[in-house]
Amino acid sequence: MEKAKVIIIGAGFTGVATAYDLAQRGLDVTVVDRGPIVNGTSGRTHGLLHSGARYAVKDRESATECIEENTLLRRLVPDVIEPNGGLFLAINDSDMAYREGFIESCHACGIATKELTPQQALEMEPHINPNLQTAILVPDGTFDPLRLGMAFAASAQAHGARFYLFTDVEEMILNGQGRVTGIRIWDRSNDTRRELSADVVVNATGAWAGEVAHMAGAHVPVVPTPGIMVAYDRRLVNRTINRLNAPGDGDIVLPQRRMVVVGTTSYEIKELDYVPVISEHINIMLERGCELIPEIAKAGIRGAYTATRPLIGGGTSGRSIARTFKLFDHEESEGIAGLYTITGGKATTLRLMAEKTADHVVQKLGMDIPCRTAETRLLSYRLFETSTNIP
Amino acid sequence: MNTNWTVTFQVYRQKGNGPKGFDSFTLEVNPDEYVLDAVERIWAFHDRSLTYRHACHHSTCGACGMLVNGVEKLTCITTLRSVTRDGGTVQVAPLRNFPIVSDLVVDMGTFFRRMEMVTAPPTLPINQVPHPDSETISPDRGASPELERLVDCIECGCCISACPVPLTTPGYLGPAVLAGAQHIGLNRNPGLLELVDNHDGVWRCHSAFECTAVCPANVEPAWRIMDLRKQVVKAKIRKFFNR
Repeated sequence: MEKAKVIIIGAGFTGVATAYDLAQRGLDVTVVDRGPIVNGTSGRTHGLLHSGARYAVKDRESATECIEENTLLRRLVPDVIEPNGGLFLAINDSDMAYREGFIESCHACGIATKELTPQQALEMEPHINPNLQTAILVPDGTFDPLRLGMAFAASAQAHGARFYLFTDVEEMILNGQGRVTGIRIWDRSNDTRRELSADVVVNATGAWAGEVAHMAGAHVPVVPTPGIMVAYDRRLVNRTINRLNAPGDGDIVLPQRRMVVVGTTSYEIKELDYVPVISEHINIMLERGCELIPEIAKAGIRGAYTATRPLIGGGTSGRSIARTFKLFDHEESEGIAGLYTITGGKATTLRLMAEKTADHVVQKLGMDIPCRTAETRLLSYRLFETSTNIP
Repeated sequence: MNTNWTVTFQVYRQKGNGPKGFDSFTLEVNPDEYVLDAVERIWAFHDRSLTYRHACHHSTCGACGMLVNGVEKLTCITTLRSVTRDGGTVQVAPLRNFPIVSDLVVDMGTFFRRMEMVTAPPTLPINQVPHPDSETISPDRGASPELERLVDCIECGCCISACPVPLTTPGYLGPAVLAGAQHIGLNRNPGLLELVDNHDGVWRCHSAFECTAVCPANVEPAWRIMDLRKQVVKAKIRKFFNR
């Protein structure tokens, strides 16, 4: 029997992880992206390997997913992770009021916490605000965004997945009976156009999922919600530093190589393909970042950038939208067969998003093949073969 | 308040084996924007056929190395102010010494395979991250020995592009690769000796130090190559007396 053919649109975290999962299950996988690996939201993440603590109070489902996947990724892809943990700092009384509920919620979600005295915390991280009232250690980490994506992509390739990078999807091909049967692509690396046929098309385009689904006449309620991040030119901490309070602007500082990155803000936009940096937001990052690490004031800005979260809409907006992911089967929702959209979620849960998507895809294809991505260590990111487009 | 500049970008274009050349795009820019922002806007609003590599947009991933006015730069942290003026021109071209895939995109395959060959470590225990000023002390204050961190080299290829050797010696391992070998060290990986102790390894370096001049991550590959030579000599002397 011929292998079932799957086209995955999007080589962000969700796309490459889904490609790996489906290719490992033995399907014929082709990934198409208009840019290189993780060129959109995924690459521009602040790189936090969530322990889930950030979401524990308001969104236990996301928090539980995070801690499980965090634990797994440390084993599956250790060469792209700084597994150093994170501190939640209470600076003022409002932060202290958040403390008890935070610890309780973390425990309810299975996230280990250890409360430190200010003295202990300052010994661990000498640059944090010396006026802290308490610090709670959680198993946060950081990761290298490009290498995380490439490790999944390299592992997918090893199982036979093909990648068409720098390739636009220009059209979805429908068979006239409500089934998506392929796509028409424009390979910009050699300026050629062609059709690719498929049994299944997976739309893994994150913030762009609404636009891509629209090509097949389908609808996805994704709310593109960018935030700004600012990188400073000194590595002032070795662990992620969070504000012990409800999520807000500029409440996290992450170490990356010889830098720290402060994030982030949250606003909504219409034009997705180019999101400019709002200079006022740079000032917010500096001001809020200095509340956690005063030395940031003496560091220079190395880079300022934005990334657009693919939040799933449902009447509410911005930070109050749940951070869990959602899989849309467009046959069930609007009678368009062979098309699935996976969006929402976050980098830390990329493997789980892929597992759920692949489970559904193989089940719809009438197959029974279990997921094995939690068992096998990923290949080195360096093994990803970059120039693979077949003219 | 209008503090914007008008800047003309000359962008290298090539598809497959087709014609090569530069296309010009004139943009209104904020001088504090980065070269990569301008390249992204050219793609978004002027020419959708343009291809370029990028991912993190803040110098942690190494994807966006290009030639800016002939000099290797990480375009995501290179402000327009630092490379041009109002009414000026910025030329953007792909890195040298790599095969061109399309426009500004180069093929990093051979380079990545060489990094893998010398088992250049992507992460190290924090107290083993050497610093150019001293072979053992980590630059990070407050570092506990159990912490791990990603090493500084972001594998952007800028040093390979700037090095005068690869053009005439394609087999030369190159600065980042030798720096990776130095980083893991011949003590920890004695198998590296054979790989680096030859005419395509440490002895092929001219000491031009162009690699260190363009390295955006302060890896100082030239210093590391000199140190690796010392390691090679030590290892060979040791081998001579222990045979």
